[in-house]
Amino acid sequence: MSAPVLSVRDLVVEFATSRGVAHAVNSVSFDLEPGERLGLVGESGSGKTTTALALMRLIRPPGRIVGGSVVIDGVDVIAAATAALRRLRGARIALVPQGAMNALNPVLTIATQFEDLFAAHGQPCTRARIAELLASVGLDPGVADRHPHELSGGMKQRVCIALAVALRPAVIVADEPTSALDVIVQKQVLRTLARVQRELGAAVVMVGHDMGLMAQFAHRVGVMYAGRLVELGDVRRIFADPRHPYTRMLIDSLPGFGQRGVFKGIPGVAPSLLAPPPGCPFHPRCPRAGAVCSAELPPPLDLPDGRIVRCHFAQEAADAA
Amino acid sequence: MPLEVEGAVVEFGGGLFGGRRKQALRGVTVRLPADRPHVLAVVGESGSGKTTLTRLLLGFLRPTRGRVLWRGRDLASLDAQARRDYRRDVQAVFQDPFGAYNPAYRVDRMMLLPARRFGLAASGEEARALAEAALSAVGLRPAETLGRYPHQLSGGQRQRLMVARAIMLRPKVIVADEPVSMVDASLRATILESLWRLRHEAGMSLVYVTHDLTTAYQVADTVMVMRNGEVVEEGDVEQVIRAPRHPYTQELVAAVPPPDPTIDWGLEDRVA
Repeated sequence: MSAPVLSVRDLVVEFATSRGVAHAVNSVSFDLEPGERLGLVGESGSGKTTTALALMRLIRPPGRIVGGSVVIDGVDVIAAATAALRRLRGARIALVPQGAMNALNPVLTIATQFEDLFAAHGQPCTRARIAELLASVGLDPGVADRHPHELSGGMKQRVCIALAVALRPAVIVADEPTSALDVIVQKQVLRTLARVQRELGAAVVMVGHDMGLMAQFAHRVGVMYAGRLVELGDVRRIFADPRHPYTRMLIDSLPGFGQRGVFKGIPGVAPSLLAPPPGCPFHPRCPRAGAVCSAELPPPLDLPDGRIVRCHFAQEAADAA
Repeated sequence: MPLEVEGAVVEFGGGLFGGRRKQALRGVTVRLPADRPHVLAVVGESGSGKTTLTRLLLGFLRPTRGRVLWRGRDLASLDAQARRDYRRDVQAVFQDPFGAYNPAYRVDRMMLLPARRFGLAASGEEARALAEAALSAVGLRPAETLGRYPHQLSGGQRQRLMVARAIMLRPKVIVADEPVSMVDASLRATILESLWRLRHEAGMSLVYVTHDLTTAYQVADTVMVMRNGEVVEEGDVEQVIRAPRHPYTQELVAAVPPPDPTIDWGLEDRVA
């Protein structure tokens, strides 16, 4: 294994609400290898998007990063001074936002948005460079002179990818990059993201709730629940033998072209982040829950295959397998 | 299903400024069994005309040519009583859960008011019990939902709220335009199951408009694939999905990611 390009330790993000403090992200730790694609999955409110945005320190009030570190190139993003943070953002770690529809400035041409990005980092920007970047995401150079409203959703998302890779970052954070797109376009955009990322050798953190897409896109998957990373490991191992009951239920809930009229939803409701249940946050919905689960928070358990699982029974499942 | 569309053509544009007229629907017919509940899935990309079709079915839009029929009568010529029945018996779940609510009212009102007005509940307590059961069925916590304003809920929560409302009213037909697009994959199953149960246990029909072929496959009896305002393929859902004939349907089926990392979806040459 090479040195990680990004190292996250004990990340904690809280949101101050009128009804108390919401614990959105709780002691999340992981490393990202160069060129690796990590998928962060979970339900709404699981903390996956908050985690991804915290990697770039993009949490806005009432949210606050209250602990932990995110180290890129030896620099801790969380502790960095504003100037150092500006140099990192875009250049070393870049974002492909969730709603490409609203992410571009509607009154500027695409070319201007590239020029602004390069200027902010003190780099020269030529028409040829813009054309090259647009070509890398499968867009015609003429797109440079268009305004965002003249482009389709898929084209705008491609522009966002081209902007994200423009300064050759080491890490690309993609927050549900295809959730607003039609399925055929979704596949094309993912293919573009995968190719650009591979050519650049950048690592990707992709946030999503679709385990099917993760199965196809990610090398490694991190499953989040109630602000915690509950299972992290190789995508094939996780799909072949999920060790956290929540991961298993997520995989089972995927619709496919199998038997019709069979629904395997996950019963119950995601826990409140204001007052999470004691012990393991998943225990009220968990079919495997025992007495220990409502009493103690399971520690992260390292399995021999390199997986990390937060479940009291993760080892038991391993023994049975 | 008592709701039908006959050769509907819908044109937009033209008029005062003489712009080019655009055909959103180019002669679409929806004919469904009248004697038994049925789930029709309408699939297609943005701009295929599927939302225009739901607007016809809900009476928000009149076709330029063709007819929409409710119990065999043209929707445009229903008398007041028939129109009231239609309004009760055909319920909508809208795609955009942001535009569908009155922001000045708490969500209680949209659940409790129709429960009383359509005679489903005799008392406020009964209405509340109905509302709470419906909310739970779509995975919402009643205590954390009732009493709140629409802007305090997420997109997925608002979508679920609309499904809960439609379920609670026990209509004859639900027209649902992308009802679970903002809901997590894990929760979709739960919501679709509640819609599926209405068809199989309560005899309710559903027009399910979506771009998601897998969920269409799961809940529907028949499927209509639309593109550019036309139906390019329709039939039994298993036949259409397993042996798609139209190239566009084939492309749609191929765009569904297999939920198994060992199956190659053709995304690119992955590192093994």
